[in-house]
Amino acid sequence: MADRPDSAAGQGSNKPSLSLHVPEPHYRPGDAVDFSHVDAGEAGREPRPDEACDPADMRDLAYGLIRVLGDDDRAHGPWDPKLDADTLRAMLKNMAVTRAFDERMFRGQRQGKTSFYMKCTGEEATSISAAMALASDDMVFPSYRQQGILLSRGYPMIEMINQIYSNRGDKLKGRQLPIMYSSREHSFFTISGNLATQTPQAVGWAMASAIKGDSRIAATWVGEGSTAEGDFHAACTFAAVYNAPVILNVVNNQWAISSFSGFAGGERTTFAARGLGHGIAALRVDGNDALACYAAERWAANRARSNAGPTLIEFFTYRAEGHSTSDDPSGYRSAQEREEWPLGDPVMRLKRHLIALGEWDEERQEAMDREAAEMVRATTKEAEANGILGHGLHHPFRTMFEDVFEELPWHLREQAEQAVKEREIKFPEGLPK
Amino acid sequence: MSATETQTAPESEVETSTERRLNMIEAINEALDVTMSRDPDIVIMGEDVGYFGGVFRCTAGLQEKYGKTRVFDTPISECGIIAAAVGMGAYGLRPVPEIQFADYIYPGLDQLISEAARLRYRSAAEYIAPITVRTPFGGGIFGGQTHSQSPEAIFAHVSGLKTVVPSTPYDAKGLLIAAIEDNDPVIFFEPKRIYNGPFSGYYDKPAQPWKKHDASIVPEGHYTIPLGKARKVTEGEALTVLAYGTMVHVAEEVCRQKGVDAEILDLRSLVPLDIEAIEASVEKTGRCMIVHEATRTAGFGAELSALVTERCFYHLEAPVIRVTGFDTPYPHSLEWAYFPGPVRIGEAIDKILSE
Repeated sequence: MADRPDSAAGQGSNKPSLSLHVPEPHYRPGDAVDFSHVDAGEAGREPRPDEACDPADMRDLAYGLIRVLGDDDRAHGPWDPKLDADTLRAMLKNMAVTRAFDERMFRGQRQGKTSFYMKCTGEEATSISAAMALASDDMVFPSYRQQGILLSRGYPMIEMINQIYSNRGDKLKGRQLPIMYSSREHSFFTISGNLATQTPQAVGWAMASAIKGDSRIAATWVGEGSTAEGDFHAACTFAAVYNAPVILNVVNNQWAISSFSGFAGGERTTFAARGLGHGIAALRVDGNDALACYAAERWAANRARSNAGPTLIEFFTYRAEGHSTSDDPSGYRSAQEREEWPLGDPVMRLKRHLIALGEWDEERQEAMDREAAEMVRATTKEAEANGILGHGLHHPFRTMFEDVFEELPWHLREQAEQAVKEREIKFPEGLPK
Repeated sequence: MSATETQTAPESEVETSTERRLNMIEAINEALDVTMSRDPDIVIMGEDVGYFGGVFRCTAGLQEKYGKTRVFDTPISECGIIAAAVGMGAYGLRPVPEIQFADYIYPGLDQLISEAARLRYRSAAEYIAPITVRTPFGGGIFGGQTHSQSPEAIFAHVSGLKTVVPSTPYDAKGLLIAAIEDNDPVIFFEPKRIYNGPFSGYYDKPAQPWKKHDASIVPEGHYTIPLGKARKVTEGEALTVLAYGTMVHVAEEVCRQKGVDAEILDLRSLVPLDIEAIEASVEKTGRCMIVHEATRTAGFGAELSALVTERCFYHLEAPVIRVTGFDTPYPHSLEWAYFPGPVRIGEAIDKILSE
C-alpha cells in the first residue's frame, strides 16, 4: 500500500474506495459483433451552416454524423457537393488505383521486396476525397496512411515504389522507412513516423501563409489514437489563437495498432468535440462516404481561405486491415468487425452511387479495376529495375553522411572516411556485383 | 590551419564600425534588429516576446518596429512554438523562436530532435529547418532548479542540430546573426548570468558591467562570426582551458589571480566544434582543463575529454581534468555550492599543474 499522509489513520474511513477504469473494446477475437450501438443516422440529416459560422453555433455537428450517400445510393441533403460525373469517376479511379497499389505493395513486403508497408483499405475517401476538395497547391501535412493524397495529386507511382524499396531510384536516398514519402513539388510534407508532430507544423505553415498574405491553406491528417499526443493539443491551441488557415483532419479508424479508440478518449466523447473546447469549428463526418468527405473538406477549405478560421474534421471510419505489415489484427479484434461495419466500404458506396446515377456500370468498374491492377503491376516491374531492399541497388553509401547538415562538418567527414575504410576491409576484392 | 580568433575577431566581416558599448542583451536585440531589417522572412515568436519585449528584454522594441505578424507572443507551449517554427521554415520563413528559459525547452524536444534536426536528412533536402532557437541558460541568478539548467549536451548529442553559446556582447551579436542566416537548426544558448556583465565567479563581490570589458564594443550594422571557430581568450603555455559561456569569464579570472599562463579557448559553438584550435592548443601546452556549469556525467566535457584524449594523447603531460557542476539538480539556496566557481577551478588547476 502506498504511503499516504494520513496512513496512521488507516483505511477505516467511511469514504468510498476508488476504482480505475481501463477501457476494453466491445469485441475481441471470436466474439460475435453487433454494431447496433453505432448511430449512423440518416444521410442528409445534418444541416450545413455557413462557412463563416461561429463554432458555438454549430456544436451539434461535432456530435452528429454528416452523411450524404444514403442506403438508396443517392446523394441527400445540404452537404451534397453536387459533383459532376467526371469528378466522381476520377474520385472512384483514384480509390481503385490506391487499393490496387496497396494490394501489390503489401504482397511485395510479404515477398521480401521491402521491410514494411501500410494499407489504407477502407479509409480511402478520407484522403482522396478530402485532397480533391483542396487546391492542388494547398500544403498537406499527412500522417502515414494518406497515400491516396499523392496518388490523387498525380505523384508518379514509380517514385512511391522506389521509396518503398529504398532502391537507387528513391528520391529520399533510402533513408526513410517505406511509405514515409515527401514531395515538395506536390505540396506534400515529408512524413515523420513520429506521431502527431505534423499537426502543429501544419498550423505553423498556415500561420506563415497568413503572415505573408498568401492564399494557400494547410491541411493535416492525424489518427484518432495520436490525438492523445501533446502536439495535437498544441496544434489546436495555436490554430485557434492565431485563427490559422488550417484544417485538422482526424481519421478515426477505431484502432491504433491493437488499442481501440477508447484509449484516446473515444468512450467519453467524439474526436470532433476536441475542437469545440478550443473554439474551433468541428465537423463529424462519415469517413466512408466519399461525397461527405469531399463536402466537409471543401467547407473547411472555404472557411480557412476566407480567414474565417480553422476546422477540425473527424472522419469516422474503420481500419479494415491491420495497422501495418507488422501486426495481425486477428490477434486482438474480432474478424467480424470489418464485415459488420455499419458504414460500409467507401469504394463500393461511391461505385453504387455512380451506377444509380446511370453514369457507371459493373463492366466499366471491372475494366477499371483490371487496368489499375495492370498499371500497378507494370510500374512495380519498372521500379524493380532500380532494385529492391537489401539487394544492393541502393544509393551510394557515402550519401549516408549528406544532408545531416547543409555542409559536412569535420566529425562527419572523418566518420565518412571510416565508413570507406570499413567497406575496403569487408570487400577487399571490390564491391560485390 | 586553425582559424582561432583573438579578442576582436579579425576574421569577422564588419560592415560598419563605431565604438559603442553594449551589454549582451542589447547586442542580441541588435542582432535581431539587423537581421529582421535585411530579411523580411525572419519572424520572432515566444512567450512574452511581443509587446513586452521578453522577460530579459532581448526583443524589446522589435514588435513596434516590425509589426505584430513578425514579432508576436505565443501560447505557453514549447512544443507548439518549435513545431510552428518547423512549419514556418517549411513554408520558407526563417523563424527565430525564443524559449523563455532553457529549462522549459523539454516539451519541445521531440519537435527539435525528431523533426527540426532531421528534416533535411529525411526529405533529402526537400525541406529544411532554418530555425534559430534562442534560449537563456545557466545559473547563478537564484533561479532554482527550473531556471538555472545548462542542457547543452542534450542538443550537442543530436545529429543535425548546431549548438552555439556566446560569451561576450560582441560575439553574441555576430554569432546570432550567423546562426539566423545558417540554413540548419541552431540552438542558441544565452548565458543569462552574463547578460548584464561578465562574471568573475565571485558572487559576493560587486557585479561588473559590460562597459568595462573590451568585448562590449559592438559595431553597428551587420557582421557575422562563423559557427565552429573558437576564440582564443588568452595565449598561454602552461595549460589549455576549454570553456564556453559564463565559465569563460570565471576561468579567466581564476587563471589571472593564480598567475597561471593559461591558454583559454572560448569554444563559442559545440557543434560544429573547432577541433583544430583545441588540438593546436593542447599539443602546445600538454595540459587540458575543461570547465562547464552543466552537470558532470555525460556532460559536453565528457566529449571534449574523449576527443582530447583520442587525438592529443601523446602530447599530454597530465590527465585531462573536468570542472563542472555537480550531478544534482540546481539547488536554490545552495547554488554557489553547486556552481563550479573559483575554488573548484583553482583546485583543479593546482592538480593538473602538479602532475
